[in-house]
Amino acid sequence: MKPRSLRNLWRNRAGVARSGNDDPVDPMVAQLADALAPERVRVDSVARALYAHDASVFGGGASGPVCFPTSLEEVQAIMRIAMSHGRSIVPRGAGTGLAGGAIPLGEPIVVSMAKMDRIIDIDPAGRVVWVEPGVVNLDLSRHLRPLGFHYAPDPSSQQVCTIGGNVANNSGGPHCLAYGVTDVHVVAVEVVLVDGTVVMLGGSCDEVDGYDLRGAFVGSEGMLGIATKVAVRLTQNPPAVKTLLLSFGTVADAANSVSAIIAAGMVPAALEVMDQKITVAVENFVNAGYPRDAAAVLLVELEGMPGSVEADAARVADIGRDHGATGVRVAADDAEREALWKGRKTAFGAIAQIAPDYYLHDTVVPRGRLADVLAEIYAIADRHDVVVMNVFHAGDGNLHPLLLFDGREPGAIDRVHAAGAEIVRASLAAGGVLSGEHGIGIEKQMHMGAMFGPDDLDHQERLRRAFDPYCRVNPGKVIPAGHSCADIQSLRSVPTGVWG
Amino acid sequence: MTEAGQHVLANHDPVLDDFASEVGVEDPVAIAGSRSRWPSGWQLDADVRVVSAPSGIVIHQPEEMLVTVRAGTSVDELTAALAEAGQRCPLPPGGTVGGAIAVGHNCIQRLGRGSVRDSVMQVRYVSADGRLVAGGGPVVKNVSGFNLPKLLTGSLGTLGFVCEVILRTNPIPVRSVVASVADADPFVVFDLLYRPSMVLWDGVTTWVELEGHPDDVDSQLGLLKGLGQVTADVDLPELEPNRHSIAPGDVKSLLGAGARFVASIGVGTVWTETARPHTPLDTQVIELSRRVKDEFDPTGRLNPGLKPWT
Repeated sequence: MKPRSLRNLWRNRAGVARSGNDDPVDPMVAQLADALAPERVRVDSVARALYAHDASVFGGGASGPVCFPTSLEEVQAIMRIAMSHGRSIVPRGAGTGLAGGAIPLGEPIVVSMAKMDRIIDIDPAGRVVWVEPGVVNLDLSRHLRPLGFHYAPDPSSQQVCTIGGNVANNSGGPHCLAYGVTDVHVVAVEVVLVDGTVVMLGGSCDEVDGYDLRGAFVGSEGMLGIATKVAVRLTQNPPAVKTLLLSFGTVADAANSVSAIIAAGMVPAALEVMDQKITVAVENFVNAGYPRDAAAVLLVELEGMPGSVEADAARVADIGRDHGATGVRVAADDAEREALWKGRKTAFGAIAQIAPDYYLHDTVVPRGRLADVLAEIYAIADRHDVVVMNVFHAGDGNLHPLLLFDGREPGAIDRVHAAGAEIVRASLAAGGVLSGEHGIGIEKQMHMGAMFGPDDLDHQERLRRAFDPYCRVNPGKVIPAGHSCADIQSLRSVPTGVWG
Repeated sequence: MTEAGQHVLANHDPVLDDFASEVGVEDPVAIAGSRSRWPSGWQLDADVRVVSAPSGIVIHQPEEMLVTVRAGTSVDELTAALAEAGQRCPLPPGGTVGGAIAVGHNCIQRLGRGSVRDSVMQVRYVSADGRLVAGGGPVVKNVSGFNLPKLLTGSLGTLGFVCEVILRTNPIPVRSVVASVADADPFVVFDLLYRPSMVLWDGVTTWVELEGHPDDVDSQLGLLKGLGQVTADVDLPELEPNRHSIAPGDVKSLLGAGARFVASIGVGTVWTETARPHTPLDTQVIELSRRVKDEFDPTGRLNPGLKPWT
């Protein structure tokens, strides 16, 4: 594509105002359009506004050109062009992240991987499938099911989130209690580094020689490079599945049942708790038969061979009753199971009937502290006059308090942020961590110093520098600014007014 | 627990602080456990000091499925302590916990127990400049910050000397049986079974470990009987001396090589009679690995001479 036709294209884009025919096109954009195709380099204000956000509540993002590569070579070209212009880049999957990890800071080139969405090769003997990063999580599992396999990590956003985004965030999901989060399932990642170099991290061997750079890459929130190809494990479909719904008179009883189930030596596929407010909202939404009068419900899924599933179901029911369960219901068939899970997985959509906005938190505490920390979360929400609902992966202590608010109400978001910060501190004080599956992004950057010491953060920064000495890949995330001076420099180096 | 105003991972354990002082800040220093996993051919120069990590199980929390253990603890001691509470972890037997983490090799039942590196929830290590550094977190699920536990596991002590880890533990199944099947296709065996803990094959015989509820173990054994002669409660085969890792789908290529072998089906770890020629890593991986080493140990004082990327 020559610059002249690019200029014509540019003019045709909505919202991009140019004063005259002789206006020079930004040379970087021209190079990007040459390397990709003009229609896959968006510079219009609509695209730039759209890609300035992710699914988090955070604003303040500012996108440069938005690129949609379709091949490894195009991703390399984007990196090289960005380097030659001193511009940062931000990789992006489906933009479902909740920690602001995909929000562009300082008008970087946004690289959407959505068009690289092929399932490349399925290797049943090696129990591995190679995919491009834009493959949607649930699409992959649906594709594999008829072959007797699935992809185990199942984030609530799995209908839209991509494998590349899952790799960046080391995503979890309800069924990760038994199967492990994303890094357990990723065997290899092809990565384009900041200078355009391609490097294969990990490989089809179980024990690849050298450092575990694959393990370091998974969960690095798009700050070490762009994944262009991923090999993930195939998980066998279980021969038997049983789903139980236990009702409780208090949230503490539900939480304590979870600890007791684990202490009894069982590792169910999923152990999910919803409190009354969210259960009622979900029931209004899906009519799955969730009890509206229970203070909390515990959804337990047991998977595996029939003998263990039957025996564990009986033990779970007994433990529940010993801990005050007021009702134990076993899903009679797949339709009932699916209805219950639909309720759990659409919980966040269901709250729209209660408040126009929500802020979903994500911390982890030791299972034994679940009941205490939940009580504290309700108290914190009360103090800040915020409505809180709790729906969480109880089995691994992964809390997801939902703070509801109306963004049009003055001061509401400030109260939500203040409550959120207290919840983070309470989780850390209970021996927990900042995030179980959403990541740090920009959301929890300021809390990193509460979990890690300066030396710990320094070593995280060293790892990042080894991959990206220029700090140009997704700058300004995860590591607090004080420990990452190069970020500040990088963000400042963007010429002001370029995208005016 | 956190003290007011302190970050969570800064529980200053004087034992670890003493170890950090011993590692020091400038001269070349190597770490040794029981030397049962010592890299072959690694010789230490006379001027290299040798240190050993502190030992002891700090706390086992069965209900959290976590154990905090110092690196100098013997794996067998850890295994025995976990078993008392009905749990286990994926570290292969023998040697020290630190040695197992530094080498990162998985146990023979990798399918059923998971990998060593996936079990490391938190790592504390002494850096090249003598600081005590922590990565990961003290819970079973954590994506807070970069994944230093993964990077340190299998790094042969070249990025930092691991002195304490928090490992994820798992319940020991009610029943566990090792059985052999003669003259069956090992991949047919593997596909027939639901999540076996181990499938080994020496070209003729297939060994499986089945774990779980007794009814399930029996039904899986029943399935195997449709493939050939099954013998339950057998010993494992003797492993050949040269251990390496190949793509699990390529295991059958060993048949043509003529040498004795035992291979882990579904994993690709093989033990062969004859050593395999060394395959160098890709140049881009080598370059990136060197940069990692330079960032973590700029003067090359930790375990001098070891280069995991070669």
